[in-house]
Amino acid sequence: MMPLLMMLSIFMLLRGHNLPGGGFIGGLLAASAIILQIVAFGPKTAQRILPVNYLLLAAFGIFFGAIWGLPALFAGLPYMQAFWLPEPIPGVGKIGTPVLFDVGVYFTVIGVTTKIALLLVEEPTIFPLPTMKSAPVEHEEGA
Amino acid sequence: MVFHLFLPIVSPLIGAALAVLLNRLPLASRLIALLSTLINLGYGLWLMVTVPASGPLVAQASGWLAPFGISLVADGMSALMVMLAALLMLTTIIYSFFSIDYERERHFYYPLLLLLLLGVSGAFLTGDLFNLYVWFEVLLVASFGLITLGGSRDQLEGGLKYVVLNLLGSTAFLFGCGLMYGFAGTLNMAHIAERMATLTNPGLQTVLAGVFLFAFGSKAAIVPLFFWLPSSYHTPPVAVTAIFSGLMTKIGVYSLYRVFGLLLQNELAIYGPWLTLLAGLTMVIGVLGAVAQMNVRRILSFHIISQIGYSIMGIGLASAAGLAAGLVFTAHVMIVKMALFFIGGAAEQINGTGDLKRMGGLARREPLLALFWFLGILSLAGIPPLSGFIGKLILLQVGVSQQAYLITAVAAATSILTFFSMLKIWNEVFWKKSYEDVSRLPRVRFGLLAPGAALVILSVALGLLAGPLVEYNTIAGQQAFDRDAYIAAVCGVDGCEAVYQAAVR
Repeated sequence: MMPLLMMLSIFMLLRGHNLPGGGFIGGLLAASAIILQIVAFGPKTAQRILPVNYLLLAAFGIFFGAIWGLPALFAGLPYMQAFWLPEPIPGVGKIGTPVLFDVGVYFTVIGVTTKIALLLVEEPTIFPLPTMKSAPVEHEEGA
Repeated sequence: MVFHLFLPIVSPLIGAALAVLLNRLPLASRLIALLSTLINLGYGLWLMVTVPASGPLVAQASGWLAPFGISLVADGMSALMVMLAALLMLTTIIYSFFSIDYERERHFYYPLLLLLLLGVSGAFLTGDLFNLYVWFEVLLVASFGLITLGGSRDQLEGGLKYVVLNLLGSTAFLFGCGLMYGFAGTLNMAHIAERMATLTNPGLQTVLAGVFLFAFGSKAAIVPLFFWLPSSYHTPPVAVTAIFSGLMTKIGVYSLYRVFGLLLQNELAIYGPWLTLLAGLTMVIGVLGAVAQMNVRRILSFHIISQIGYSIMGIGLASAAGLAAGLVFTAHVMIVKMALFFIGGAAEQINGTGDLKRMGGLARREPLLALFWFLGILSLAGIPPLSGFIGKLILLQVGVSQQAYLITAVAAATSILTFFSMLKIWNEVFWKKSYEDVSRLPRVRFGLLAPGAALVILSVALGLLAGPLVEYNTIAGQQAFDRDAYIAAVCGVDGCEAVYQAAVR
């Protein structure tokens, strides 16, 4: 299932500018592929198949999405004003800054959704933080 | 059209993403936080220099035309707030360098601060009602993270109250947006303002104003809606409390100014007396609430509420002069309140507790800290050469000139109460003899002293050089109250309706 869903998600990502789809939908599809792995084989296996730090992936997505608004800023136009390549690339379609922005959204959605799912199935790693100055949390907040 | 108006939003956004990516290198995320805050500060200063002369600056996101796309608008009020937000964030970041533990840094403390700055700058700059809601959510999510980061029992308890009550306010705001869209058919602030002037359904406008008053009032912690504030603000680290005290409630105030000054100006005549009543109640109840407290930061939290009353009084006076006076006061209180939190927090860190009964003797041990604290409370109370005097004086002058004698009297009386309440901290923390041996306590570090001291010095400077400040805010108040100029700046001289009609045809 996973390769199939991944391919579908990329297809969705690329067709999304003028048709239903786009970075958010594509990201959700890809995340669901990974989450299916987690559900089927457990979080450890899923992490072994795709050894990615999803939090960093989300941050990278935001960064990647944000920087493609910058060319317009440097050209003296409002932020996120679109630039397009004049000719569509065969098989991929037209490429411009909005598509690249969508790629950023895609990564962010994958990262955030999968991270949330991982946090729900894994033992918590963020809380409690016993080394912080304040008292550690009781157990009921953990699970 | 100024294309670079996006800078104060883009810089913390990219900064936050980079700081998460480079989280392994603590120094790098510190530097990034510092740098993007400095960019915002510089840009805010530039805006403050430019805007009074040029009128509101406008940028359209992605170049979509005004009533359809999202506009960013920087008028005098926005420029002042963007600058102050960056300045206060800068002091917070410097204070954090010396006070935040490594574990918090590792768990994305600085990215959260940058996200807070992002939300705040966005909220101050946006010219679209729904976009304002989105920025509120951005800054609320960041603040939820900051207030619970560390996950101690106190923090989670305070955080829960904070989250639930703030979400209530946000929901009301969302309802208001929906009602507004159904009523006016647009969410662009300039377009709403234009249509509000022509639409005749006074009842619905009054209801809308009520919904927004509830939504922003709960953010600003005015009287019946302030309970989340004192129950949560003393739980996180000092730096977080300080930046919250400087920014969070003031965003509610800013939004009230914006909504009542621009969108629902007609309603001000109806709401004015009620707003002044609320302002008076907020002042008095806030300061009385502080009397019963025995914890430094809890006392200061109640004083935030009390000071919000003065800012609300500015709108309640329902005139450009009132708004200008309220803005002067708000700017002053943002600076001084944060300074007091920094200094009180430093005292707390020296003593290892915020309990007044167990503190004492710091005046002899840390004379500099005590000196700046004393100047700070003088400024908060409104003693002449300091900025608090200017802020209150102008508010009272406008109050008297508009025959609002009662609120003016209440405001003056509250100042005295504020001073007494602050003297309590002075007596307990600095003046009285400590029961323990003071010489065993750690010395205050320069990094903990400097941010508060710098803000107090700024307050003194603002008091001495009040002319430019008042002049600037008079212009800002006029701009905030001048619907036609705002609409013309956003949509062109013909107004938004003309653009809309041309596009529809």
